[in-house]
Amino acid sequence: MNAPVLEIDDLTVDFHMPEGVGCAVDHLSLTVENGETIGLVGESGCGKSMTALSILGLIPQPFGKVRFGSIRYAGENLLTAHSERLRRIRGSEIAMIFQEPMTSLNPVLTIGRQVAEPLMEHKGLNKTDAYAEALAWLEHVKLPAAREQLSQYPHQLSGGMRQRVMIAMAMVCRPRLLIADEPTTALDVTIQSQILSLMMGLKEELGMGILLITHDLGVVAQMARRVVVMYAGQVMEEADVEILFEQPFHPYTQGLMQSIPRGLKDDRGRKIRLNEIPGNVLPITEKVGGCKFSTRCPSVFETCINHHPSLKTISGGHRVRCWLLDDPDRRR
Amino acid sequence: MSRYFLKKLITLIILLFFVSLTVFSILFVLPGDPAQIILGLNASAETLANLRAELGLDQPFWTQYTDWIFGLIAGKSGNSINYGVPVTELIRSSLSVTGPMAVMAIFFAVMLAIPLGIYAATHHNRPGDVTVMFFSQLGLATPEFWLGILFILLFAVQWGIFPAGGFPGWDVSVWGSLKALILPAVALGAIRASILVRLTRSAMLDVLGEDYIRTAYAKGLKRRTVVYVHGLKNALVPVLTILGLQLGQLLAGAIIIENVYYLPGLGRLVFQAIGQRDLPVVREVVLFMAAAVVVVNYLVDFAYAAVDPRFKLQ
Repeated sequence: MNAPVLEIDDLTVDFHMPEGVGCAVDHLSLTVENGETIGLVGESGCGKSMTALSILGLIPQPFGKVRFGSIRYAGENLLTAHSERLRRIRGSEIAMIFQEPMTSLNPVLTIGRQVAEPLMEHKGLNKTDAYAEALAWLEHVKLPAAREQLSQYPHQLSGGMRQRVMIAMAMVCRPRLLIADEPTTALDVTIQSQILSLMMGLKEELGMGILLITHDLGVVAQMARRVVVMYAGQVMEEADVEILFEQPFHPYTQGLMQSIPRGLKDDRGRKIRLNEIPGNVLPITEKVGGCKFSTRCPSVFETCINHHPSLKTISGGHRVRCWLLDDPDRRR
Repeated sequence: MSRYFLKKLITLIILLFFVSLTVFSILFVLPGDPAQIILGLNASAETLANLRAELGLDQPFWTQYTDWIFGLIAGKSGNSINYGVPVTELIRSSLSVTGPMAVMAIFFAVMLAIPLGIYAATHHNRPGDVTVMFFSQLGLATPEFWLGILFILLFAVQWGIFPAGGFPGWDVSVWGSLKALILPAVALGAIRASILVRLTRSAMLDVLGEDYIRTAYAKGLKRRTVVYVHGLKNALVPVLTILGLQLGQLLAGAIIIENVYYLPGLGRLVFQAIGQRDLPVVREVVLFMAAAVVVVNYLVDFAYAAVDPRFKLQ
C-alpha cells in the first residue's frame, strides 16, 4: 500500500498580528488517500484556507508560522523540504484552485501564457509545445472557442470560463493532489454544477486526490467521500459523507446542516424557518479555556466552558470533539 | 485608432493655441523693452523707434500675435533678436544637448528606481527597505542644483573624472559630449529616481498582495518570474503615469542644471532669452516645450495600452 497522497499530522499554525498571536490551525490532522476526495468544511475564518496554504508553504508571510506538526506528500515531509523542492512540487504534483477566478488570474497576461506556464516551468516544454498542450487542456475542460481564448485576457471571459481556465491551469501537469479552495463559491448555481462535474471527471481520469475546501455542505455531499468539519482551527467532527449527513453528532455540524436551505415545510404546511448558528466565529486571537464552540453552542454546559474536549472515535472512522459524548443526556 | 489620433491632434492644437496666447500676453505686458536692451541705455529715441518698427513692436497686440501665429502656421519661424538666426535653428542645436541629457536622466532614474523599488517592496519593513526609503527621502529633500554642484566638487574638482561644465559639441567629440552630459543627467535623474522608487515600491506592495501572485507561487514559478513578470507588469501603470509627468518636469529642471553645468541646451537658451528680452526665442521655445510635454503624455497612453490590456485607447 502506497503512502497516502496527503497526510497532515498535528498541524499547528500561528498567526502573528498586531493584536496578538492567534492559532489559525490547531493540532489538525487529516489524510487524503490516493484518488480520494476529502471535504474540509467550516465557516469563513475557521482556518480552512490557512490549512490549504500551509500545504504548499504559501501562508502569508511574515504573519503566519507553522509551530509544529507535519505535512506529508506521498510520505515526504513538505514542512522540512528544501524550498526549491517545494517549488518543484507546487503546480506539478500538488495543484491548487482558488475561490475567485477573477482576481486569481493575472489581468495583464494572456490565458495561453498562464495555462502554459506550469508546463514550461516543470516539464521543460518549449513555448510552442506548451501552448499546444495548454490548448488541448482548455478544450478538455470545455472552454468555448478555446483556440481564440489563448490570446485573450481574463477580463474578456465570463466567471465560469475563468474557473475552467483555472482548472486547466491546475491540471496541465497532471497533479496527484488537487487542493480546491472554494472552487465554486463565486459562480452561479448552474455553472457550479458544471464545474463540479468537470472536477469529478478529471479526478477519475487522472486518479488524483482532492482536498475540497468549502463552506457549502451541498457541494461536499456531491463530491466528497469523507468530510472533516473544522471550527476555530480545530477538527470538530470527521466522518464518511453518508454517516455525517445521516448522523451528525457535533452541535456545530448539526447547525451547519440546518443552515442549508431546503424549502421544507412543517406538518402544518408552513415553511420551516432557516436555522442559523447564533454568533460569529471567534477572532483567532481570542483565548478560550474550554471547547472553542462553547460560546455559540446550544447544548453548552459547565464542562464545556472549563475543559477542552479531545477528538474521540465513536465508530469506525467517525470522530467527534465534544463533551456530549460523555454526557449524551444533555443533548437538545 | 485613427479616431484616437484625430482626437489627440485636435486637443494638441487647442492646447498649443492657449499656450501661445498666454506666453505672448505675458511677454507683452512684461516690463523691459527689447529695443532698449539691444541698443543699450545710450541709444537715441529715434534709433529706438526705428528698431521697434523694424521688429514690429510698435504694432497693436493682436496684430503682433496674429503675425506671429500665421507665420508659424506658414512654417516661418521668427528670427532671434539676439543671434539673428531663425529660432528653429536654435531649438535644433540646443535640443541636441537637452534631448540626450533628458533621455539619459530618465534612463538613469528608471534603472535605479525600478529595481530598488522592487527590492524595497520584496523586503518590506526589513533593513534593505528602510535603507532605500531613507535615501529616497534624502533625494526628495535635495535640490538638484545643489546635487549638481556637489557632483562637480567630487567628480570634477576632486577626482577629475568628468568635466566641470561646458559642452564640446557632438561633431567635435562624441565621447567628450557624452561625458559632459553624464553628471548633469545623473543629478537630474537622481531626484526623479527618489520619487519613482517610492511609487514603484508602493505599487509593487499592492500588487504582491494580490490573489494572482499567490496563484503564480502556487504554480511553482520561480520567485524571480513571479515578481518581475506577474508582479511588475501590473505595477507598471502608475509608474508610467509619473514617468510621463517627470519627463515634462525634466525640461523645467534642465533650466537650472544647464546653468550649473554651462550646457548650451534648451533650458539655458530660454533662460538667457528671457534676460535679453529675445521674445521670439522665448515664445517659440515655451511653445515647443508645451508640445513636447503633451506628446510625451500621448506616448504614455500607448505604453499603458501595451502594458495593460484592459486599457483601451479612446
